Amino acid sequence: MKISVLSFFTFLTACGSGGSEGTNSSRTVLQNKGSDTLVNVAQAWAEAYKDVNPSVAIAVTGGGSGTGVSALLNGTVDLANSSRALKKKEIDLAKSKGFSPVENIVGYDALAVYLHPSNPIEALSIEQLKSIYGEGGTTNKWSDLGIKIPGCDSDEIVRVSRQNNSGTYAYFKSAVLGKKGEYKLGSRDMHGSKDVVDLVEKTACAIGYSGLAYANDHVKMPCIKKEENGACVKPTVQTASDRTFPISRPLFMYTRGTPEGATKEYLDWIKSDKGQCIILKKGYAPISETNCDT
Amino acid sequence: MTPKPLKNTSDTLDFAWYLDKAVEKLVFLGGISGIIFIVGIFIFVFKEGLGFIIANMDIAEFFGNPAWRPTSDEPTYGALALIAGTASVTGLAVLTAVPFSIGSAIYISEFSTGRTQEFLKILIELLAAIPSVVWGFIGLSIMNPLIIDLFNVPIGLNVLNAGVILGLMAAPIMTTIAEDALKAVPDQYREAAEALGATKWQVTFNVVLPAAKKGLMSAVLLGVGRGFGETMAVLMASGHSIHLPTSPFDSVRALTATIAAELGETAIGSEHYRALFTLGILLFIVTFFINLTADIIVRGKGDR
Repeated sequence: MKISVLSFFTFLTACGSGGSEGTNSSRTVLQNKGSDTLVNVAQAWAEAYKDVNPSVAIAVTGGGSGTGVSALLNGTVDLANSSRALKKKEIDLAKSKGFSPVENIVGYDALAVYLHPSNPIEALSIEQLKSIYGEGGTTNKWSDLGIKIPGCDSDEIVRVSRQNNSGTYAYFKSAVLGKKGEYKLGSRDMHGSKDVVDLVEKTACAIGYSGLAYANDHVKMPCIKKEENGACVKPTVQTASDRTFPISRPLFMYTRGTPEGATKEYLDWIKSDKGQCIILKKGYAPISETNCDT
Repeated sequence: MTPKPLKNTSDTLDFAWYLDKAVEKLVFLGGISGIIFIVGIFIFVFKEGLGFIIANMDIAEFFGNPAWRPTSDEPTYGALALIAGTASVTGLAVLTAVPFSIGSAIYISEFSTGRTQEFLKILIELLAAIPSVVWGFIGLSIMNPLIIDLFNVPIGLNVLNAGVILGLMAAPIMTTIAEDALKAVPDQYREAAEALGATKWQVTFNVVLPAAKKGLMSAVLLGVGRGFGETMAVLMASGHSIHLPTSPFDSVRALTATIAAELGETAIGSEHYRALFTLGILLFIVTFFINLTADIIVRGKGDR
């Protein structure tokens, strides 16, 4: 039995060394962690960057914006992905640790409002959305908005939302319901951006919000008005990047201090046309006009 | 060396001897692993949840308030709607599963014979092996539009949907245990009744069912326990909406589904994280008592 245990350990060691063979000493590894909104894009970037600069490897992990930020503060990552700006408390904490985090905007995300295709609504204002989603809001029936949806006899507005620790949930809350706002209870809380769109697609009475990246031909996206009599803006990649769409947010990669060396090269590449085309393909908006004809 | 021919084989430290000892140890480990795991899980869940119970939990809010808002600036941890959600879905599941499973158990054990019986038993076991995410998918993509069409309600992800799905999931387990309970009734009972001129149904209803009563009850209870702890199918079919249900067409949210949906993105050690473990403790205690009750009932089976 002793022998078999010993050989088992030998086997383990062999596996261990086999796994780490790929990283030789000349290779730089950048640690990249955070936002789940960004994680797919970040992985795509890391994947593509292998061909650009084989000597740099980027290790991407998700876990949420909060996870990324705390890892940045603890100094365990080089780049923290975040779908929200740093809080003042976090910046103060970083300064007390002797560095100031630098924000790098790598793209934009528009939160489109989704409706069933048979829903006649073409435009919604932030005020109306607040009344539909927010605690204390009085809009509970579609007839309150003066419309009737074919196939929705109960007239009830079926609110589709996200689980309460998603960044999308938090951003929609702050952008639409206001700082002190709370969601009404009783919304259908989906566990993923895609699930929201899927449910709205099947439910005539439904309204939902999700990233623009999840749009398809079977759902309708009304334009959104910031003020009741203001201009109505369609959610598109264009309006997300020029920030005219009222519910769009920048996506960040934070660094400890001004980026330098491999980190700077990587960020520069992300902001170049090559990198921005990748984020565009994933359905988010690039930081500037991007030419993707390759 | 005193020769002891009979014991010789086991006294030599050869390969067979080592193998024998090794297998003995392995089997022993396997035997006690159940205890190790259950104690380990118990300690882990309670360690994570107890901090919340002591420091932050407001019992009145937890059991009396439907507002589950753990990520707000002023978080409230009301689990009432979650408890009501789990209870309503499980209740409906039992209502769905009991007639099906007791019925099929009676048919399999009392009426069917030979190949039909074998075939049905295999089918039921196959039904039990369907993964819960598949059931959830059926709820999401088949039951949802069906319920919308049939009852003309705005959304088909509700207590009815989750309850029926869960009932179908719990039915095979109930059937198997109920069938065992019916099988355990001695054949003399049946023969005696038949000798008195009773029909097959009279035998079943008046003799076999009363004799197997306790076993059938524990079958139902174990099915309840199964439904209570089910997560994925309920998460997908219930609508996942914090709502005190007033009709089977209301969307609800279950305790298990809440943990599944929120734990993954919660900072470890935070108040929210520990609150979710408190929900876990609640589930643990309830399923523990359901299984214990079922066990006590089964053990009491002998003294009739």
